[in-house]
Amino acid sequence: MDIFSDLRRLNKRQVYFQVLNFAMIISSALMIWKGMMVATGSESPIVVVLSGSMEPAFYRGDLLFLTNYRADPVRAGEIVVFKIEGRDIPIVHRVIKLHEKADGKVKFLTKGDNNEVDDRGLYKPGQLWVERDHVVGRARGFIPYVGIVTILMNDYPKLKYAVLGLLGLFVLIHRE
Amino acid sequence: MNTILARLNALFAFSLSVTAAVAFACFLTTNFLDYSQKVDIDVNKVVIKNMEEFYVGDRHDLGHIIFTLKANFTPVFNWNCKELFLYLMAEYETPQNKLNQVVLWDHIINRGENPVVNIRKRSNKYYFFDDGAFLRGNKLQISLHWNIIPNAGYLWRVPGGGSITLDLPESYGTSRI
Repeated sequence: MDIFSDLRRLNKRQVYFQVLNFAMIISSALMIWKGMMVATGSESPIVVVLSGSMEPAFYRGDLLFLTNYRADPVRAGEIVVFKIEGRDIPIVHRVIKLHEKADGKVKFLTKGDNNEVDDRGLYKPGQLWVERDHVVGRARGFIPYVGIVTILMNDYPKLKYAVLGLLGLFVLIHRE
Repeated sequence: MNTILARLNALFAFSLSVTAAVAFACFLTTNFLDYSQKVDIDVNKVVIKNMEEFYVGDRHDLGHIIFTLKANFTPVFNWNCKELFLYLMAEYETPQNKLNQVVLWDHIINRGENPVVNIRKRSNKYYFFDDGAFLRGNKLQISLHWNIIPNAGYLWRVPGGGSITLDLPESYGTSRI
């Protein structure tokens, strides 16, 4: 097996080199992600669709590209990704009602395309509207199926650890 | 390239790059097209009432609109447009809110389904509650918009041509619709 013969030939400098290589990959990925956060103005520029409430437009596993420019006002008909206080999971639904005051303060009501009723039942008890601060971003780009990997890793956490472990092992051990 | 693993790896990497290229080509070839269409909107009947809005608890103005809609979306569909989400929107101003936008009706047309829209004397699908009681005597700007859902690419929101202005009645109505 190649892997073990490689391992025996490694000396200290090569180990350091491999670890640094690994760190470079991780930090480049992080830089790209943070760079996208700044460029789009959204705290989560890419989201995976988690539920079927926007079918047939979006299915579970589809990927959405978000922007959240403050200067671009929210308008009815837009697909917004927002968070409800106390819950981690972002919701991807459409704005069906919007009221904006003269000073720019805006409140809106959302509904999933595939749902019969609007989202008031989903909001926090006592909350009637979604506000600008709850919005993570507005969906601007779409690519199908790519996010299935994330959903699989979430549903089967052992798979996530196995994949990450194997990847890490291969990067550290192989010299190329 | 003489082990199964190496071959599988190469195959996988190649199919991944080809799929990415196809998705990008889908996006490039259809992103800059003109998706606008002329739409015919007509309002047949409008009634305003005042009642307590569910969940909210306050008495708000409720508008009830019956409309007619004609449009042909055949030129809008292409290999990258998998769904058209149409929404009829009413826009107006009140002393309380500078901008109000309410979606009255929406409809989904998938690629392959009949792209001609011929709606006659349809009631609004969603409750048209104002955030207050300012509908009487107000002016509505009613327009049809659509959201292009691509197979891969940008999610365009296109305003349709042919929006109309509707003068709302000065007083509450009592007729049943």
